[in-house]
Amino acid sequence: MVELDIQIPSAFDPFAEAKDSDAPGTQENIHIRIQQRNGKKSLTTVQGLKKEYSYERILKDLKKDFCCNGNVVQDKELGKIIQLQGDQRKKVSHFLVQTGIAKKDQIKIHGF
Amino acid sequence: MADENIEMKEEQELAPFDPTKKKKKKKVVIQDPVEDVAESSQTDKSDSLPVNDGLESSFAGMKKKKKKPVESISLNDETVDAGEDLDDHVNDDEEGEEIVQQQQRYPWEGSERDYIYDELLGRVFNILRENNPELAGDRRRTVMRPPQVLREGTKKTVFVNFMDLCKTMHRQPDHVMLFLLAELGTSGSLDGQQRLVVKGRFAPKNFEGILRRYITEYVICLGCKSPDTILSKENRLFFLRCEKCGSQRSVAQIKAGFVARVGRRKT
Ligand SMILES: [Zn+2]
Repeated sequence: MVELDIQIPSAFDPFAEAKDSDAPGTQENIHIRIQQRNGKKSLTTVQGLKKEYSYERILKDLKKDFCCNGNVVQDKELGKIIQLQGDQRKKVSHFLVQTGIAKKDQIKIHGF
Repeated sequence: MADENIEMKEEQELAPFDPTKKKKKKKVVIQDPVEDVAESSQTDKSDSLPVNDGLESSFAGMKKKKKKPVESISLNDETVDAGEDLDDHVNDDEEGEEIVQQQQRYPWEGSERDYIYDELLGRVFNILRENNPELAGDRRRTVMRPPQVLREGTKKTVFVNFMDLCKTMHRQPDHVMLFLLAELGTSGSLDGQQRLVVKGRFAPKNFEGILRRYITEYVICLGCKSPDTILSKENRLFFLRCEKCGSQRSVAQIKAGFVARVGRRKT
């Protein structure tokens, strides 16, 4: 009997980082989206911040800076998401760049 | 006055003719101005003679007119040379004559002044347009009509000419719809009249902005900016192939990403 000694590299997933990237072959992007709520109210969501960051602390700063309410939600596939009330897309993008949390070309602003 | 007009016409007909001659025998050109000087001095004399008014003056006028074409020709000669340099790159000799005729239209015609950059640029584009219309820059633009939007009730928006715009972009309505809904962060569907009904209140401008982004990402070729492209799916990846220049690039898959639960909260 030939002993099969083939190492199957299952631990390393070469496509791991490609999973949550938007465009093929690019780094992780941070997506800032807007959603309409009832009437003229809207909601801003921030998806894709690095897991090392303390979301709660970022949220705290965001809330203080923009004078709005917000919260962190846990999504099964997409991880933690920051939600803010109102359309804060520009401000969030500005904040992330200024604090060095993200580079400008990493941030993708969606919406209308 | 009538005489003068005729003279002018002659001059115009003559001018395009002569330079082609000139380029064969340049010596003649050099001789011309000398004759010209003699002529003009004659005319000056005739002008100074106040005796015979009617006939002579018209004659003098003729002579003056005759002098002018020579000048303009010699000017032309230079420009023709320049034109021919261009011709060498672009076309053969036959079309060279057309260009010479064209020159008569230009504003620096017959004057001593230098041509302005814009004038020369215009001239180049005229030449280009005549010989290779496709290269002349004014590529046909695909015009997109603005989105027509209706309000349905208070909470829904109907994108009336959605199908129409999909057709002008040559894209599958499903793909466009996926992108629109993902960007709007809402849900929607096509109704019986093939209109896109979207949840939420949106202005035409909102749709326009998103369509603009859709076009830059999924329609326009990055290389040549042509909208004449084909979007195809190969092995789960989307590729955009240009029909004009043949370049191909992969495009991002449309992901709705995170969609927050809004509206009534179920606990
Ligand atoms: Zn192309």
